[in-house]
Amino acid sequence: MIEIKNLNKYYGKFHVLKNLDLNLEKGEIVALMGPNGSGKTTLMKSILGLVIPDKGEIKVNQISVKNNSSYRKIIGYMPQIANYPENLKVSELFKLIRDIRGGDDSPDKELIADFRIEEIYNKNFGQLSGGYKQRVTAAIAFMHKPSLLILDEPTSSLDPLSSEIMKSKILKEKKESNLIFVSSHIASEVELIADRIIYMLEGKIILNTLIKNIKNGATEFKLGKALKDLIDMKIKEKND
Amino acid sequence: MIKKIFKYVVFELIRSRIVWAYAVFLLLSTLGLFYLGQNSSKTVISILNIILFIIPLVSIIFGTIHLYNSKEFIEFLLTQPVDRKTVYWSEYFGLACVFSFVFTICTGIPVLIFNFSFTSIYLITSGIILTFVFISLAFLSSVINNDKVKGIGLSIILWLYFAIIFDGLIMSVFYLFRDYPLEKIIIFLTSLNPVDLSRVMVILQTDVSAMMGFSGATIQNYMGSFTGKVYAFAILILWILIPSYISYKIFSRKNF
Repeated sequence: MIEIKNLNKYYGKFHVLKNLDLNLEKGEIVALMGPNGSGKTTLMKSILGLVIPDKGEIKVNQISVKNNSSYRKIIGYMPQIANYPENLKVSELFKLIRDIRGGDDSPDKELIADFRIEEIYNKNFGQLSGGYKQRVTAAIAFMHKPSLLILDEPTSSLDPLSSEIMKSKILKEKKESNLIFVSSHIASEVELIADRIIYMLEGKIILNTLIKNIKNGATEFKLGKALKDLIDMKIKEKND
Repeated sequence: MIKKIFKYVVFELIRSRIVWAYAVFLLLSTLGLFYLGQNSSKTVISILNIILFIIPLVSIIFGTIHLYNSKEFIEFLLTQPVDRKTVYWSEYFGLACVFSFVFTICTGIPVLIFNFSFTSIYLITSGIILTFVFISLAFLSSVINNDKVKGIGLSIILWLYFAIIFDGLIMSVFYLFRDYPLEKIIIFLTSLNPVDLSRVMVILQTDVSAMMGFSGATIQNYMGSFTGKVYAFAILILWILIPSYISYKIFSRKNF
């Protein structure tokens, strides 16, 4: 579903993505992990066309993302920080998406119920609390039943209730066998929702494996600890 | 598609307090000047002087701030199946049309009611053109600076330069090189300032020689009133097209 070949991105002299190759298929929840500044957001934004790569190719459903916007019809995206025009109502924001993407004009009741945003549906975006803003952003990402969901640290700025709503929604989507590409810093969360883990360090993918392979049948298992050991081993191998 | 996003940009702007404050200011100052002024055609010239300061200032500062405040919204739109061209021009026309509309309603209509003349029509035209020019410059200032403070700073400097400093520069050139034929140079320098061009365009219509200034008098002597107005109008259109096109090109290659 996503094919990335030899992707390179520079911000000035800073080489953010280094000769990156990646293939992701439908039916998986893929967690993207790595320290701050490792290139996670740049990679996600490159797939979305927000960042223009200096070299390399990205294809989504066999369509090159370069100078193209139609491939985004199948994508739902939730950014780390969302801010919409404060004088627009939530309902107008939903309508804007429908106007852009086409489709049914009636509000998506299931989505509104899932994210518990009924009471703020007719409020201006500027009047909402941080948690509600994130829930609205999440609801927009899930609109139009996207077959590719890109979620950039979706629970990092959510209150516990919103965070739980978000996780259960992700798991519900997994059953629809879509590709969900989610970045996160929280190992316990990744362990709960993801099938595959991709670890980035200094603009390179140093680990791309199924979580069940890391677990290797262990009953007492902590992803954070296992990941740390694995990453240390990879770095040591690289330095040797 | 531009029409669809444009509609929401307009929805957002017409609910903005700053836009309403701008509307009230324009309406009160226009009505106030007509109420206080004895001669309505002279009042039109007083309104011109307000327009030449206020429209560039409000358009460039609000335009710049609006684009920075819309950064996340623009990012969000770009993650939808919409191309950058659509997003850019929807934002540009949304902002420029709302500000032009406010000016037309709050200054243009009262001016036409109190003084229906060609001068008033020129005044309204120059106000609308100045709005588009300074929104173009606001977009340019925003897209070349990722830092909001730097972008707003550049916009303030541009306004100061066009509205205040430029006159001093042109007077210095005139004074220092007074022994040489300066017509072409003055016309060239005037072309570098949309505020001066707008003033010249309206003043050439009124023939109020005291308001001509160096640039107006030179253009009138060298080109005549009609050609001078056409020239000023054509260069003003370039002042809209060139900055907005350059900023569009930068926007279409920008990393968000």
